[in-house]
Amino acid sequence: MTENNDPGGLSSRAEEFLQVFKKGAEFTQGLLKENERLRYRVLELEQQLRAEGPSAELQLLKEKLCRVETEKQEILDRIGSVEQESLDFANRYAEIEAENNLLANLYITTYQLHSTFDVIEIIRIIEEILLNLVGAEQFALMLRDDDGQMVQPLLSESGDFRIVNADVNDQRIISVLSRGQHWIANADELSRLGEGDIKAVIPLQVDNEVIGALVIYRLLAQKKCFTDIDEEIFNLLGGHAAMAICTAVLHREGVGTFSFTQGFLTQP
Amino acid sequence: MSEYRVLVVEDSPTMRQLIVFALKRIRNLKIEEAGDGVGGLKKLSAQKFDLVVTDINMLIMDGLKLVSLIRNDPQCKDVPVVVITTEGATEDRDRALALGANEYITKPIQTARILEVAKKMLGV
Repeated sequence: MTENNDPGGLSSRAEEFLQVFKKGAEFTQGLLKENERLRYRVLELEQQLRAEGPSAELQLLKEKLCRVETEKQEILDRIGSVEQESLDFANRYAEIEAENNLLANLYITTYQLHSTFDVIEIIRIIEEILLNLVGAEQFALMLRDDDGQMVQPLLSESGDFRIVNADVNDQRIISVLSRGQHWIANADELSRLGEGDIKAVIPLQVDNEVIGALVIYRLLAQKKCFTDIDEEIFNLLGGHAAMAICTAVLHREGVGTFSFTQGFLTQP
Repeated sequence: MSEYRVLVVEDSPTMRQLIVFALKRIRNLKIEEAGDGVGGLKKLSAQKFDLVVTDINMLIMDGLKLVSLIRNDPQCKDVPVVVITTEGATEDRDRALALGANEYITKPIQTARILEVAKKMLGV
């Protein structure tokens, strides 16, 4: 009955079903297309990432590396600069230490030489200075007499003093006495010279007059050469030892004994 | 800041003056001087020292005897001792070290060396 009464209803339902099916098919078709489009897009993006991504990252890393390298170089430059400054300070410190050592030696040499009127004590001080500050183990003190002739030298060795028959006519001694300038063997000469040979001659001068000389014969075992400090000490000894000896001799002879009241405070 | 006391035993006034001159550069340092080993020993028995610097060659009680007496004295056996020797006198130096000296300085003396050794011994 129903089939006969509603043949159109079935047909319309079929039609409706077909419509729905058709829409479903269209929707599915659309989805497939969209899916295809998205997959294509994904592929495109993947390709783009593969093509651009690593190089961009690499570029970033390169830039970062470059900055780090620059910083590293700056730090290295700064370290180099600080090291150089440190080296300069160390060198300057060493120079100041050497100057201080020199000044200390010169001060003590002067102070000690003028601390007594006793000639023997002065010679002992000269010996101490030559031994302890210079490293000269054996030396002779040669003084000129009133005629300008060299008297027999007084040899000092390890605290003992004795008159010896040393050659006062050695050319180096004569030359030093005439010129008033010291002669010091350099390192090469020292290595060639024998134990008893003259190593240095220092003129003893007062008021530009050479009154004698200090002649160094033997140095301590490890003393291989004379230094700048030794030369300064020789220069100082040349003047101050001579003056100390002269003062002591004058004092001993009574000429140099002074009285403040008579010598300084009274009117002429 | 603590004060350090140093005893310098040396019969040569020149060398004593040089050693004292060098040591004075250390801050807070009180220096006592003696002209021979006997004088040094008297000072050691009277007060406590942080360092003794002594010459070896002295007429009245040499430095070796002084080192030996210091090391055998319960009152001052631990005080560091620096001896001054002549270059090449290795026998004296070795004897001093064997007797208990802590360090040595050889002649000719350099003020920088005295200062270096004293600072090392005092830990300053």
